[in-house]
Amino acid sequence: MRIYLQRRPPLPWWGIALLPIAAVLLSILFSSLLIAISGVDIFNAWYLILTHSLGSRFAFLETLVKMAPLVFTGLAVSVAFKASFWNIGAEGQLYVGALVAAALGILPVKLPSFLHILLIISGGFLAGGLTAAIPGYLKARLNVSDVVTTLLMNYIIILMIEALLNGPWRDALSGWPHSPSILESARFPIFVARSRFHLGILLMLIAVGFVYVLFKKTALGYRIKVFGENPQAAFFGGIPTGRILVIAAFLSGGLAGLAGVGEVCAVQYYLISNLSTGYGYFGIVIAVLGRLNPVGVLLSAFYFAAIITGGQGMSRMTGVPVYIAEVIQGITLLCMLAVMLFNEYRLKIE
Amino acid sequence: MGNDPVVRMAGISKSFLRVSANREIDFELYRGEICSILGENGAGKSTLMNILYGLYRPDKGKIFLKGKEVEIDSPKEAIGMGIGMVHQHFNLVPTLQVWENIVLGKDRRFILNKGEACRSIAKISDSYGLKVDPEAFVWQLSVGEKQKVEIVKALFRGVEILILDEPTAVLTPQEAEALFSVLRNMVKGKISIIFISHKLKEVLNISDRIVVLRRGRVLGSKRTRETSAPELAALMVGSNESFKVKGKRRSPGDRIILKVEELSAPSDMGYEALKNISFTIHEGEILGLAGVSGNGQRELAEILNGIRKPAAGRVHYLDKPIPFVSPDALVRSGWARIPEDRMVQGVILNLDLTDNFLLENHCDSDFRYGPFVNYNKSKNFAKKLIELYDIRPPLPDVPVKTLSGGNIQKLILAREFSLQPRMVIVSQPTRGLDIKALTYIRNLLIDQREKGAAILLISEDLDEIFELSDRIAVIYEGEIVGIFSDKAADRIQVGLLMAGLAVDSTR
Repeated sequence: MRIYLQRRPPLPWWGIALLPIAAVLLSILFSSLLIAISGVDIFNAWYLILTHSLGSRFAFLETLVKMAPLVFTGLAVSVAFKASFWNIGAEGQLYVGALVAAALGILPVKLPSFLHILLIISGGFLAGGLTAAIPGYLKARLNVSDVVTTLLMNYIIILMIEALLNGPWRDALSGWPHSPSILESARFPIFVARSRFHLGILLMLIAVGFVYVLFKKTALGYRIKVFGENPQAAFFGGIPTGRILVIAAFLSGGLAGLAGVGEVCAVQYYLISNLSTGYGYFGIVIAVLGRLNPVGVLLSAFYFAAIITGGQGMSRMTGVPVYIAEVIQGITLLCMLAVMLFNEYRLKIE
Repeated sequence: MGNDPVVRMAGISKSFLRVSANREIDFELYRGEICSILGENGAGKSTLMNILYGLYRPDKGKIFLKGKEVEIDSPKEAIGMGIGMVHQHFNLVPTLQVWENIVLGKDRRFILNKGEACRSIAKISDSYGLKVDPEAFVWQLSVGEKQKVEIVKALFRGVEILILDEPTAVLTPQEAEALFSVLRNMVKGKISIIFISHKLKEVLNISDRIVVLRRGRVLGSKRTRETSAPELAALMVGSNESFKVKGKRRSPGDRIILKVEELSAPSDMGYEALKNISFTIHEGEILGLAGVSGNGQRELAEILNGIRKPAAGRVHYLDKPIPFVSPDALVRSGWARIPEDRMVQGVILNLDLTDNFLLENHCDSDFRYGPFVNYNKSKNFAKKLIELYDIRPPLPDVPVKTLSGGNIQKLILAREFSLQPRMVIVSQPTRGLDIKALTYIRNLLIDQREKGAAILLISEDLDEIFELSDRIAVIYEGEIVGIFSDKAADRIQVGLLMAGLAVDSTR
């Protein structure tokens, strides 16, 4: 008997949509094994995950709150990857956005809330964008490896922020390393009473729409797509490749910066060094699982957010370590990568 | 010859997706013969040989090597059994040196012995006349040089059966003749050669036996002595299909469209690739630039395509100097550019036909409103061009990678000519295309000429140069060594100049 892979004709649209679902089902299967190993009833565990993420109005809204930063970093990574700019630095760009939000949020000037928030959003986007534009420019100009620069910049940024939080910004009263609380006028409005359903979630949907239109309708999106698929043809065709790469990097970094803005202005109200639990890195998983498509990103971010909130609840009730949520995410990525093989191949056994 | 075959392939069938590339093919190769496989592109020649070389698994059929049934699962196994193959698209590592590429996978010791490798490479080079510089990096080599490396690589592995896929596509007549004598020497030893080609003349010249394939079937196996060009042509293209390039009607105008003066440029390796090149092209004229690959054509094409800057010299277009700022500026002023490497520079394989048609005009007001691309209009534009140029399949939203080479080239020409160019720079327009697509493409070039465009035709195919050109320039080692008018040009003389044998009277 031999097992081998054979090329297959392109899948129809429903087949392409089915692949991520298959990956999710597989990951549920594999993570169930881990849950079983920790001595907990599998069905009860999944029931708890489900009820704690989607089971009540409160749980559902919490899932949406968790989802917002994941959508932003997922979009950030998909824009970058479309341009073949391997941005592993969404985490750092998120922190730069958060830093700017925290700084602008304590500006000692009286501003109407909507202006203040607009200022913070633009500032956070710009700062995150410029942060990513640096490795973008280095790649365009000197062909410096984007993977290395974006990844290492994360450490520079996060450690500098820690220095800031432990130095000048340390809370004078409590001594905790967090920045001063941002002003009321800088806080995102809450739309649903007794919840954290905030402006950022609306912003997230706008961002999804923006990225969708960018690649479906605009000349810039077209150029990014062409450049990412074949930089040589793009150059031959007269597309200013260096500029396009830097612009794509900028947009990517800006979207990641918005994730940080949301966390500061709607969740924490100040900057702390563990503001993100790896949202920037999850963004990569989410972008790949969502196949670099904004709607796909939205769906996969929703899945991960549900796993995170549900996993926390399940962990509280059963004693399974809370890290199970991250383990499930890792398994999901591996399953997705394995399943994507079947996009172009079929398994033959004879 | 005679006796038992070294290779016997029996009842081989292979299909890709729904297309069957090989149907019930029987093929035999005898010791010490050169057997040609003749057929148009897409006839299934390469597929059959890739099966023999272990790259594809046949759906059905058996392979016998020296009478023993074998299963060849990988090129590594094929090489182990003494079967080597030189592909049309080379399998070399661009960032490694020539000698490293040659020993790759063969020398399995931890530390490679460069001296020893270079000595055996030199020995192979000398005995077969295949000159390669073992220390050059592969990315610096021209297409022709890369092919030589591939042949040396196969010989270095001591193969007994050598498959050559369209080996002469990149050689001059003289070089091809030299290759043929190399091949004849090789078969005098114990090496058997399979020669894949769609060129009748060379097949009749080199082979002992000719197998004709068409649409995945064997249509005949003939001894070369007992057949003729018309017979083979009929088998190859089917009955009485005539492909004729249109004649030229208009004579070139007086207006000079392009004037190149004392152009010089370094190559990627740093030597002078172009040395003081000067020529002019008139309205409605095709200037053919003949030459062996690697003599500066690539650099010249890249300069005129706007993607490389010259070191010295001027290029005037319609009496105005062109600034070497971006390809965009050229396209905008009426240049059509057909790149040599159509798969890499000409199209984006993963994007659909519409997106590919938009490459150079997505910024035109026709297709754009504000920051948006008018995709509805673009799609109609794509449909129009697909119909006008008979591109198949006629679907504007399938990825270009599903198209054949000929259709991809049609797409590129359709895109470039849709801008109504006055200047056309075209490199190797028909390399690797079958006779039908080739005729079609050549006719399109003639059409542009008739419409008054000035055309620089850079080609290594002498037939093409002679068929299309109003004047012929010959380039050798970065210099124009002769320019002939259509009528004064003589194939032998052009061939000699291409090979660097200057004829005094032409200078």
